[in-house]
Amino acid sequence: MFLFITRRLFFALLLLFAVSVVTYLLFSALPVDPAALTCGKNCKPELIAANRVRLGYDKPLVEQYWLFLKGIFVGRDYGMGQAAFSCPAPSLGYSFSQHECVTTLIGKTFPVTAFLSIGAFILWMFIGVGSGAIAALNKGKWQDRLANAFTAIGVSLPTFYVGLLVLFSVVIWLGILPFPHYESPLEDPVKFLNAMILPWITLAVLSAASYTRLTRNGMLEAMNEDFVRLGVAKGLTRRVVLRKYVMRSAMVPIVTIAGLDFAALLGGAIITESVFSLPGMGKLSIRAVVESDLPVLVGTTMVAAVFIVLANVIVDISYGFLDPRVREK
Amino acid sequence: MEASHPVLIVENLSVSFETPDGIVHAVNDVSFVLHRGKTLGIVGESGSGKSVTASSLMRLNNSVTATTSGSVQVSGKDLMAASDDELRQIRGSEIAMVFQDPMSALNPYYTVGAQIAEAYEVHHPNASKSEVQMKVIDMMTKVGIPNPEQRSKDYPHQFSGGMRQRIVIAIALVNDPKILIADEPTTALDVTVQAQILDLMLSLQAENGMAILLITHDLGVIAEVARDVLVMYAGRVVEKADVEDLFEIPTHPYSWGLLGAVSSLDDSHRGQLKTIEGAPPSLLNLPTGCAFHPRCTYSSENNGQCETLVPSLMQKGPEHSSSACHLQSARVVQIGREVGK
Repeated sequence: MFLFITRRLFFALLLLFAVSVVTYLLFSALPVDPAALTCGKNCKPELIAANRVRLGYDKPLVEQYWLFLKGIFVGRDYGMGQAAFSCPAPSLGYSFSQHECVTTLIGKTFPVTAFLSIGAFILWMFIGVGSGAIAALNKGKWQDRLANAFTAIGVSLPTFYVGLLVLFSVVIWLGILPFPHYESPLEDPVKFLNAMILPWITLAVLSAASYTRLTRNGMLEAMNEDFVRLGVAKGLTRRVVLRKYVMRSAMVPIVTIAGLDFAALLGGAIITESVFSLPGMGKLSIRAVVESDLPVLVGTTMVAAVFIVLANVIVDISYGFLDPRVREK
Repeated sequence: MEASHPVLIVENLSVSFETPDGIVHAVNDVSFVLHRGKTLGIVGESGSGKSVTASSLMRLNNSVTATTSGSVQVSGKDLMAASDDELRQIRGSEIAMVFQDPMSALNPYYTVGAQIAEAYEVHHPNASKSEVQMKVIDMMTKVGIPNPEQRSKDYPHQFSGGMRQRIVIAIALVNDPKILIADEPTTALDVTVQAQILDLMLSLQAENGMAILLITHDLGVIAEVARDVLVMYAGRVVEKADVEDLFEIPTHPYSWGLLGAVSSLDDSHRGQLKTIEGAPPSLLNLPTGCAFHPRCTYSSENNGQCETLVPSLMQKGPEHSSSACHLQSARVVQIGREVGK
């Protein structure tokens, strides 16, 4: 098991390295002069040239990448003398449109995304697994048909549509909630909840749909298993059979997919954050795209990649704990 | 004859399923009695209703689509009328079941020890941990699993098919049931392991005097372990006989076909097995009259009775045997003697 984990982690690092190379090269190949973006419209050519040197864009691409990579581990200093400034490790570069270290920007926006993701995740697991279980236990009845309809609608509706729909209906038409304005939960928990509740619902409803289907089908499949029949034949109560036999078996794939979905969300829920103007990592990425802020783009992409790769490793490892048949290998 | 002591009385059991294509009559009007310490075999090909009969005895069929009628009496209680709670008390303690495929019958997520323990604890809620643990080791020893202390901590996938079936048997017998229903317990196993599992079941039967209902399509298995035999075809019992009588003077054309399809070493036509022409009928759309008539060589001898009238079980040959066939007794015995080996 230890060997399995170390090997898995080693390959994860290798993969992240590859992702960083590709991302860096890809974004560097964009037809944008990063130095020109540092100082707005009426910028003197001398200043652009100076900034280019200061940010290291005059160096060859390989060296630029090397400096980027080194920055992650030891931090990075820009410029010399009076104008010098530095981004401490782990540095992912310096945003020339927001004039801050990328790591600082991510540090500011990540908590928002994390709160959004965690809340939505909890909500969607409850809704998805709950409605799936109800549908499976009432196969063919109205509960099942309702869950099916919910699934079909949920998986086919786009996020921005549902987000706007929720926003318009709750805030503008019904006026139940004031327009969301994000505040840190430590400073103003009420405002925080007010800003979060609609995005949570939006994300949860959409993601829950596929979990409804997954849970329903997993449980129905499990119910036909011989070992479930043996459980009934033992004289176990229905509740125990459902918990220890049916759900246990149906949960394995759900846990796997939930881990990956959650990680993807941590990389930034771009659309949801935009619709509800949450200052999260998704919003940061979008702004970086609009402003061609390459270091921020590379940074957020890398962070998202780390989450996804890490989640893959964790899911692989937890699979061994969830299913004893996998543990051996 | 020894004093009979019925532990299971099945009367007029019928089971049908609602399917999108129509109603499937899986079991029709099946009656039999199972005696203490005895083994009753049910034999028939796939789709003859033998497995449905077995699972409906414990009411394991899907309660939404299945309709069951008749009565199943265990120690004076009718299981068909029992409440869910009463049923749960009986399942696993008075009637236990061994399934066909040991590969899928055990819960892959729990150790085998935990699964045996669970079966015991359901019916002994006040048992202490050490008592349960002792029972688990005791059962694993009984069913012949070497190194039981250690192996009880293993998961099902760490056992071979034969060993898993032994564990399924350990689970079934942990509460000393009066009745063991074995639904094709050896079909999924290697031939050498088959004999071991049958021997194990018989020796445990000799020890605790349980009655065994053995469902199989294998006449060899029947010959080896059963005392009485029911032959099923298309959801009906077509012949009921002592095992010796069934092999010596079978009294139903379907049984003749089955016996003809068994190979034996002294057969003069070695290398060539007789088959029963045609295929078993669809249970959605049974033939009129005797369900076997389209495949029966003798159906022309009865002036069209076979096509219109469902025959009922009547004595045709030996004393304890009965057969559902329109042929005259003399004719049945004549052919039966020819076919019997």
